[in-house]
Amino acid sequence: MIGLHEVYDLAGLMFAAYAVLGVLGAGQRRWKNSAFWALLALSFLAGDALGDFGNGLLVLALVLLASLGGLKPPTSANTSDAQRLSSARRWGDRLFVPALMLPLVTVLGTILFKKLAAAGHPIVDPAQATLVSLALAVIVSLSIALPLLRQPWASPLQEGRRLIDSVGWAAVLPQMLAALGAVFAMAGVGQVVGDLASRAMPADSRLAAVVAYTLGMAAFTLVMGNAFAAFPVMTAGIGLPLIVQRFGGDPAIMAAIGMLSGFCGTLMTPMAANFNLVPAALLELPDRNAVIKAQLPTALLLLAFNTVAMYVLVWR
Amino acid sequence: MLKLLGIAVIVAGFALRLNPLPVIAAAALVTGLAAGLDVVAVISAFGKAFNESRYVSIVWLVLPVIGVLERAGLRERAGTLVSKLKLLTTGRLLGIYFVLRQATAAMGLTSLGGHPQMVRPLVAPMALAAAESRFGVLPRFWHERIRAHAAAADNIANFFGEDIFIAIGSILLMKGFLEQNGIRVEPLQLSLWAIPTALAALLIHGLRLALFERRLARDLGGVKPAADEDAAR
Repeated sequence: MIGLHEVYDLAGLMFAAYAVLGVLGAGQRRWKNSAFWALLALSFLAGDALGDFGNGLLVLALVLLASLGGLKPPTSANTSDAQRLSSARRWGDRLFVPALMLPLVTVLGTILFKKLAAAGHPIVDPAQATLVSLALAVIVSLSIALPLLRQPWASPLQEGRRLIDSVGWAAVLPQMLAALGAVFAMAGVGQVVGDLASRAMPADSRLAAVVAYTLGMAAFTLVMGNAFAAFPVMTAGIGLPLIVQRFGGDPAIMAAIGMLSGFCGTLMTPMAANFNLVPAALLELPDRNAVIKAQLPTALLLLAFNTVAMYVLVWR
Repeated sequence: MLKLLGIAVIVAGFALRLNPLPVIAAAALVTGLAAGLDVVAVISAFGKAFNESRYVSIVWLVLPVIGVLERAGLRERAGTLVSKLKLLTTGRLLGIYFVLRQATAAMGLTSLGGHPQMVRPLVAPMALAAAESRFGVLPRFWHERIRAHAAAADNIANFFGEDIFIAIGSILLMKGFLEQNGIRVEPLQLSLWAIPTALAALLIHGLRLALFERRLARDLGGVKPAADEDAAR
């Protein structure tokens, strides 16, 4: 059965290639970048064999490399604007074929592998169907793009390295934050924040309970970067005991709109790095909070809407 | 209470705009120590969690494909396509993407979008081209704001679409949590009550995109195609 392991091996080989290209790279060598991608390759290829403490040291080495002088962005594109424009004119709408293949194969693969597993033919671990399909989509899309657009065989790794170097250390940020979330959970940080929140906000009327719950969900998500971490804590602290049990509200409405209030928090926090900071790096925005700033008004208005909607609907 | 020191480290680190990686490592260390672990145990716990979270970074597998397509001129082609369609302003284009992204996410097809797959190679260059074909070369301020708005549209449409789908992670989390507390709800009920907020998100962000387009037009001097186009006629 194909599962996460195979996908991790593929990712590990990719990062290893970036590391090698960084050392061999003509002109500008980038030892620090190479070391960073080499460590990440090691993590993907052999993370399970390193042991917990070994993995911890690996993370510390990544942090050290990223903070001492930092990684270097690529100095220039591998191709000129004029080259790309003439290539764009040459290939026209053919360019969209492999581009759209990527999401299409991911979606179809996910559906197909889950169906196959349900029918008793688990070729792919159904729990990991999406990630395996994503990896498969990359392979399919590349095998179409290279011959169709006459691109050199080495170009995927050269261009991938250019892009990953432009993202830089932000590439491991979401994973670091996920790991921090696990440490927070182990230490019971959520419980402390939840107790604090339910004590700090006097929720002795229906309106106060709703406001405390929706704003609490958003605020907790802002701190933890993840509405999923906020939901059990805030719902156990305010949602269930007050809105549902004391005032007799509808639990489905309370939960659904409560979760969506948390999502408003996700739009406003750098802690949700994969949604907010990584795109800023990917789009080469100098202000790393630029995406959050673009989302802020919508998030605040939606939070207000959610609060009113819950108050109006939950006691219908 | 000491356990909250880690959160204070994070907030201070982000506020001071320090490199987030050492800030996160410090926050994990402080939190672990406050919870009574020794240094080796904290490093081990963090390493274990890092190793188990590797799936988060799998998305970088798409960069080689995106890079090759960019090399072959995908972004330029996406721009050309948009600049031929005169009616497609930046605001309308992002609005259309928002609707498509939200509708497909509501059907559970969340992997149809995404920042490395769709926003960088297609949505952002299209949104830029829509503005450039009307206003010529964009000042840096607007160039950056349009790119940021392309990413924002993807996030907002995704978040407030996916919860309408009954088998998405957040719905299952809610159902599981309520069940643990002795309350049975159907996933369908949860997803139905995500619809009012989804419509509000569409309305609010749609309006904001329309306003964004108006500000863009006002700031860059109304509808004014590139000068060379007139000269060619």
